[in-house]
Amino acid sequence: MPVGSPLLATALPRDAAGRAFLGLIAACVVLVPVLNLLVPASSPLHVSTYVLTLLGKYLCYAMLAVAVDLVWGFCGILTLGHAAFFALGGYAMGMYLMRQIGTRGVYGNPLLPDFMVFLNWKELPWFWYGFNHFGFAALMVVLVPAALAFVFGYLAFRSRVTGVYLSIITQALSYALMLAFFRNDMGFGGNNGFTDFKELLGFDLQSDRIRVTLLVITALALGVSYLACRFIEASRAGRVIRAIRDAESRTRFLGYRVESYKLWIFVFSAIVAGVAGALYVPQVGIINPSEFAPINSIEVVIWVAIGGRGSLHGAALGAILVNYAKTFFTGALPEVWLYALGALFVFATLFLPRGLTGLIPQRTVAVGDNAVRPLA
Amino acid sequence: MSIVAADANQPGPEAAHWQELKEAAVRRAPPQLVGKILYLEGLTVSFDGFKALNDLSLYVDPGELRCIIGPNGAGKTTMMDVITGKTRPDRGSVWFGRDVDLLRLTEPEIAQAGIGRKFQKPTVFEHLTVFENLELALAGPKSFWRSLVATLTGEQQSRIDGTLEVIGLTAHRRSMARILSHGQKQWLEIGMLLMQEPELLLVDEPVAGMTPQETERTAELLLSLAGKHSVVVVEHDMEFVRSIAGRVTVLHEGHVLAEGDMDTVQNDQRVREVYLGA
Repeated sequence: MPVGSPLLATALPRDAAGRAFLGLIAACVVLVPVLNLLVPASSPLHVSTYVLTLLGKYLCYAMLAVAVDLVWGFCGILTLGHAAFFALGGYAMGMYLMRQIGTRGVYGNPLLPDFMVFLNWKELPWFWYGFNHFGFAALMVVLVPAALAFVFGYLAFRSRVTGVYLSIITQALSYALMLAFFRNDMGFGGNNGFTDFKELLGFDLQSDRIRVTLLVITALALGVSYLACRFIEASRAGRVIRAIRDAESRTRFLGYRVESYKLWIFVFSAIVAGVAGALYVPQVGIINPSEFAPINSIEVVIWVAIGGRGSLHGAALGAILVNYAKTFFTGALPEVWLYALGALFVFATLFLPRGLTGLIPQRTVAVGDNAVRPLA
Repeated sequence: MSIVAADANQPGPEAAHWQELKEAAVRRAPPQLVGKILYLEGLTVSFDGFKALNDLSLYVDPGELRCIIGPNGAGKTTMMDVITGKTRPDRGSVWFGRDVDLLRLTEPEIAQAGIGRKFQKPTVFEHLTVFENLELALAGPKSFWRSLVATLTGEQQSRIDGTLEVIGLTAHRRSMARILSHGQKQWLEIGMLLMQEPELLLVDEPVAGMTPQETERTAELLLSLAGKHSVVVVEHDMEFVRSIAGRVTVLHEGHVLAEGDMDTVQNDQRVREVYLGA
């Protein structure tokens, strides 16, 4: 289908806030690289590599928040396990980066990553095969979270597990994965995880140029995920999803297979989370089992609630703002952070039911013949 | 609620109006040669020992408008649940026409097969517009991938417009369903049923909480549907049942107590006992 066809155009935001959000992403793509690479360090306009990396990290979180908002905000499934998909994507990328270290590791083993040598392993486990190819690793970044989401979603949605029970199971899923990845004999580096990466596709990960490139790719990935979610939301499938959220059994009696709608949305969301995790790992330089921690998934839900549940750009901005606050507080007043986060959540729940986006006066926009609605 | 309070034999301009509509519905119905549209046979459903349905057998003709009445706990809603696949019976069979065994189908499959249901409590999609509510109810492919790329054809657009006209919500097409009045929500839900093009409509308490004017319009709406569709209405409002029903089935303790036209049923001794304890 050609770009610009009426169908794909439904993804483009018609509201000011959505356009502003795309504008911000465009600024990350165009402006930040210029300010980092071309403006001299002495200039006040210079963006340091530290800030740039931090921004890249926030954008990964924003992608994760968009993924969570799609299933929670639009489909009403409160997932408390999305950090698991994020971490799995991260681990897939980490495995590629580990294999790229090669003989530059501490033990200089051309085939085995350091932790395997340390554990006295003699050969590479079968599930590490293929991760020396970037293409294969990239495929796994998508396939592994998608497969887990498919199997989990198939079982959970088919059994009609909903509400708080589903949330608890997603939480348990993430927790179980964390415990599994902590074990050394799983073959994923135990509690240390993977770190000390050297290069990505032959480029030095420490260079400013590759860091800028990673930021640009992350910003573009966020933009594409955002537009893809908008496309789903604006389609009839998107209306069915909101219908499921409002009156699930009614939707079923109209002839829709509710399970399959939930399943595909869940799988798509897991893929977005996985890609976000894969972009996160080379930028922060480490991945370990604590990424699976239940608290991480809960934090994502808080970002979305503060930004504005049901608003995709709200979720993304919530992620960025809360994480900026986290960086600031954990630097200035580390012991206060968790209280501040809790207070923020309570405040948002009590006074900002639609999150920060609720502060923007609502405008309704006519879309074709079939809707006058506040656009998310 | 009293079944005998209404004066059964009082003719008047009102009664003539309803009689006319009923006869029109009967004329529209297909000839009876084609067999029944719904067969319920020997249905038993128990919840923790309590038999919500007890060896219930019931048949519905094509194009018929059937009213089901009965005191609370008689099994009316459970029966609807069984037909639409929400509840599985312990025993018995449910056939839609001669070829479709409903007990082998899931809820969405039953809906696709041509059975539409209106719930007791009006259930519309509050955060979608009236138009969108009807759009989602359109008959046609309902898979995720198909609806991801679905666009409205001109014909579908005019079907929705036509239904908006029938249910009297044309002026509200762009309103969110949540701002509609109770009666309007009931009509919207009936409109959603119509969009499904069902052969059989199951309508659970359509006039509960409606004003007399709304009730009257609903009665006319349901009568205009009978003939083209088979309609099964569960209702408590006896005046309403009298105005629309051809045949009435009285349920009691999970099985059929009496069946026949309104006068026959009202004069049945067992029915009087159940309703009045006399």
